[in-house]
Amino acid sequence: MSESTLVLFEVFVRSNRGLDHQHVGSVYASDHEQALVNARDVYIRRGEGVSIWVVKTTDIVASQESDVDTFYDPMDDKAYRHAMSYPMPEGVKNI
Amino acid sequence: MNDLVPELDNFQQKIDDEQRIEPKDWMPEKYRLNLIRQMSQHAHSEVIGMQPEGNWISSAPSLYRKIVLLSKVQDEAGHGLYLYSATETLGITRAEMNARLQSGESKYASIFNYPSLTWADVGAIGWLVDGAAIVNQVSLQRTSYGPYARAMIRICKEESFHQRQGYDIMVKLAEGSPAQREMAQDAINRWWWPSLMMFGPHDSDSVNSQQSMKWKIKRQSNDELRQKFVDQTVQQCEILKLELPDPDLRWNEERQHYDFGEIDWDEFYQVIKGNGHCNRDRIKHHVKAHKEGAWVREAMTAYAGKKAQRKDAA
Ligand SMILES: [Fe+2]
Ligand SMILES: [Fe+2]
Repeated sequence: MSESTLVLFEVFVRSNRGLDHQHVGSVYASDHEQALVNARDVYIRRGEGVSIWVVKTTDIVASQESDVDTFYDPMDDKAYRHAMSYPMPEGVKNI
Repeated sequence: MNDLVPELDNFQQKIDDEQRIEPKDWMPEKYRLNLIRQMSQHAHSEVIGMQPEGNWISSAPSLYRKIVLLSKVQDEAGHGLYLYSATETLGITRAEMNARLQSGESKYASIFNYPSLTWADVGAIGWLVDGAAIVNQVSLQRTSYGPYARAMIRICKEESFHQRQGYDIMVKLAEGSPAQREMAQDAINRWWWPSLMMFGPHDSDSVNSQQSMKWKIKRQSNDELRQKFVDQTVQQCEILKLELPDPDLRWNEERQHYDFGEIDWDEFYQVIKGNGHCNRDRIKHHVKAHKEGAWVREAMTAYAGKKAQRKDAA
């Protein structure tokens, strides 16, 4: 089928100034410029965003769930990284 | 098989804990295939669903109704794309989904195999068909597969416009001449039962339901959702001073729900099998539109190729 010559792009939208871009889905396009236009048509029909990023799906490198231990160790043994591990003297304010 | 068990436990645990399953997570093959079936069917329904209404764009009674219908139908195209995009995260290509739709291997909602005969049908479709779809889709916002749930949230934001523009058409017709009221009533008579069928077979006869509930692909059963739709629609019809075509429809004080008559399941299965009024036309039209768009896709690719060449040369 002829759309196989088109490339898949992941679409990220900033919904408002000051916010992060968020992944919303994907579109097929022939190149980056076309991907931007298609993304606008598909994902922004009612002011859902003020800025779009498109990235070729094949350019995204993702971690695997099995990486969790090494990548995302919550470091529970390092309590000193959290403010809660420092008890404050009674009566001290604004800290 | 034994070494798979910890992964399966971990998977079910996530689901029981109301966590979402994401594309890179381990999942049972049956979960993946079940989702591909349901999500691609949902995507196809959005796309094929453009046809019964699309037929009325050029015959809308005013310029205002035309632009409203145009953007409603455009939304449905968008819904199809959100869902195809979400389904692709499960490892199936869009081309393959398209091929399965066109070969008949993949289904879409049977309701779109009914013809849209009058302008009132456009009102009834928006009010009843989108209304039924909303009940289902609101429930699916909490489905266990992340990309599906997020697509549903995006879709639901757009659906209430669809239902309201349809109801608005019905209100105007209901307030109109006797002929207009009659046209509105006739549309309700034809769309009511197929709308109830949209929720699928009774829970007791639903093949895929139990596993889907355990995996939280579905959050509420077919019968629960159908009841919800009936309960909320009766009053909307009363406001129109029109009637739902069901002599058995009445409030049940004890159940605190409306009782309603039995669906013609024979008709339901006939239409699924391909014997509805429009099954063949819908697919024929899809194939035609797809073929006619080929040159656009080819031109886009050729243009991108030339641009890349020019860049290399510079
Ligand atoms: Fe839709
Ligand atoms: Fe809709």
